Amino acid sequence: MKSILKHTEPRSQYFISIFSVTFVALLSLLIRDVVDHKVIGYLLLVVVSLLAMFLDILPVLLAAVLSALYLNYLFILPYYTFHISSPEDMLLFSLYFIIALINAVLTYKIRKVEREMQLKEAKVKTMKLYNTLLDSLSHELRTPIATIIGAIDTLQQESVHLSEDNKSKLLSEMEKASMRLNHQVENLLNMSRLESGYIQPKLDWCDLKELTYKVFDSLSEELKFHKKVVKTDDNLSLFKLDYGLMEQIMYNLIYNAAQYTPKGATIEVKIEHQLDLDYEYHEDQKMTCFITISDDGKGFPEEEMDKVFDKFYRLQDAKTGGTGLGLSIVKGLVEAQKGKVTLENKEQGGAIFKISFPAQTMNTKDIGNE
Amino acid sequence: MNKTATILVIDDESQIRKLLEITLEANGYKVNFAVNAKEGLIAAANHPPDLIILDLGLPDDDGQNVLKQLREWYNNPILILTVKNAEEEIVKALDNGANDYLSKPFRSQELLARIRTALRMVYGQQNEAIINFGNITIDFNARVVKVANEVVKLTATEYTLLVLLVKNEGRVLTHQYLLKEVWGQTYSDQTQYLRVFIAQLRKKLENDPNLPKYILTESGVGYRFNTG
Repeated sequence: MKSILKHTEPRSQYFISIFSVTFVALLSLLIRDVVDHKVIGYLLLVVVSLLAMFLDILPVLLAAVLSALYLNYLFILPYYTFHISSPEDMLLFSLYFIIALINAVLTYKIRKVEREMQLKEAKVKTMKLYNTLLDSLSHELRTPIATIIGAIDTLQQESVHLSEDNKSKLLSEMEKASMRLNHQVENLLNMSRLESGYIQPKLDWCDLKELTYKVFDSLSEELKFHKKVVKTDDNLSLFKLDYGLMEQIMYNLIYNAAQYTPKGATIEVKIEHQLDLDYEYHEDQKMTCFITISDDGKGFPEEEMDKVFDKFYRLQDAKTGGTGLGLSIVKGLVEAQKGKVTLENKEQGGAIFKISFPAQTMNTKDIGNE
Repeated sequence: MNKTATILVIDDESQIRKLLEITLEANGYKVNFAVNAKEGLIAAANHPPDLIILDLGLPDDDGQNVLKQLREWYNNPILILTVKNAEEEIVKALDNGANDYLSKPFRSQELLARIRTALRMVYGQQNEAIINFGNITIDFNARVVKVANEVVKLTATEYTLLVLLVKNEGRVLTHQYLLKEVWGQTYSDQTQYLRVFIAQLRKKLENDPNLPKYILTESGVGYRFNTG
C-alpha cells in the first residue's frame, strides 16, 4: 500500500513550507490594494492547512509563524510594522496555529494507523514466503522419509510374502531416499552456515581438474545417462582456493545440470586461467581462474535468469523436488572466496554458468621432476 | 588373526551403538560400549580392546581430549567418527593419534574396511619384499615398479611417496604427514608439491588417471592408498 502521506526529508519540508508561504504572500502583494487584508489572511490560512496535510508538525508551525508575520508586516495597515490593533486580526492569527496544531495531530494519527497497516502487510508477506518455503522444504524432506517408513512397514509386514527381488527393490528405494534426505540436509546446513557468516575459506593449492573428475565420479548415479566432458589444459596450473568449498560448488552446479537436463544431454566443465606469459608466482599476485559449467538442455527462461540465485527461488515450471537452495549456496560459496558467478543461455541452447576467482596461481611445470 | 578382536565403541547415540553392535557382531567382532568420555576411558583401561571407535562429539568432554588421554598409554588403533565437513577437526584428530576417520553418515562396508585395515596394521604387518595389486607390482628390494609387466620409471621422490602410501595401505595420510616424511619438516605446508607428484604418480600407475582406483583423494585431509 502506498502512503497517502508521503514522507519527505525534513530539510526539504522546511524548504517547501518557507517557499509556499513566501510565494503566496508575494503573489498577494499584487492584489493588496484591491482586496481586504482578511482575504489574503484566508488565502495564507489555506496554504498552512494544505501544508499541514503533508508536512510534519515543525515545518507546519514554521509556515503558521511565517504567515502571521507576512500578514502583519505586509498586509495589515499600517504596512511594514508589526502592529496588531483589531481583535479580529488577533483571532485570525490564533486560527493559523490552531489549524496547524489540529492538522498536525490528525496527520500524526493517520500516519500511525498507516504504519500499523504496513507492518501487518509486511508480516503477511513474510508469512507467505515462509509458507512457500516450508511447503517445498517439508515436501523435500517428507517424501524421502515417507518412502523409508513405508518401505520398512512393507518389509516388516508378516502377512505378506515379498519376493527377494521386491525386497531388494524396496531396500534400494530406501537407500535412494536416504541419500536424497542427506543431500537436502547438507544443503540446509550449508545455507545456515553461510547465513551465519561461519564459512571462512581455507585456501590451499587445488588441482581443479582432479576435483572436477572426482565430483563427476561422486555423481555417477545421477549422470548415468549424461555425457561428461572436462576441458582443461593438460598442465593446468594449481590455484589457491578452498578445496572443500570448490567441491561443493561444482557438486551443486553439476547436480543441478543433471536434474534439469534430459537423458543424453552433455555437461561440460571448462577450466582455464587468464593468460599472462610474464606471470611469476608471488604470494601477493593473483590471476583470474575461470570455470564454466555448461549443458545443452533447454536453458533458463530469460525473465527468471536474475532470480535463480535467490534463496528458495524455484523456476515457475520446475518439476517437483528441489528446495531452491542449491544455486543460492553456490553463489554464497563463490562469494565467500571473492569470486563471481553468472548465468547465461547459450545461443545454440542450454545454460552456461560462469565462475571467476582471483587466485594465486602456480604453474605445475615449475615444480617438475625431482 | 587367530582370536576374536574386541572393539570398544564410545558413542552417546544409542541408535549408532545399536547399528554398530549388530554390524560388528555379525562380522565376528566382540563389541563393548561406553556412552560418554568418562565411561569410555574407564572401559578402555579396565579391558584394553584391540580397537576403539570414538565419536568426537561426546556430551561430557571434547573427543580430542579423550583421544589425547587414550594415546598416553593406549597403542592399538583408534577410529574416530565425525560429522561431515569437519576437515580441520579430522586433521587435528589424526595429529592427536587417531588412525583413521569416518564421517557420518557412513556406509557399513566402509566402516568394516577401515577396521580391517587398522587391525592389519597391528597384527598382520606385511613384510613381503614384493607386492602385487591389480596389474601393478612393486619390488621393494630392487626398487622397481611395474605396471602390466612393464617397468615404470619413477623419480626418487615419486618412489618414496608411493612406498609411503603403499606401506600404509587403506589408511588416510594427511598432507602434512606426507610432506614431512617425503620432503622434510620445512615443506609441511607446501601442498603444491603433493598435488603435482600425486598427479604424476597417477599418470604413471592408474589405468585412468582421472578416475584413480589406487591413490584416492580425501578432500581437505589427505590421501589414501587403496589396493582395490
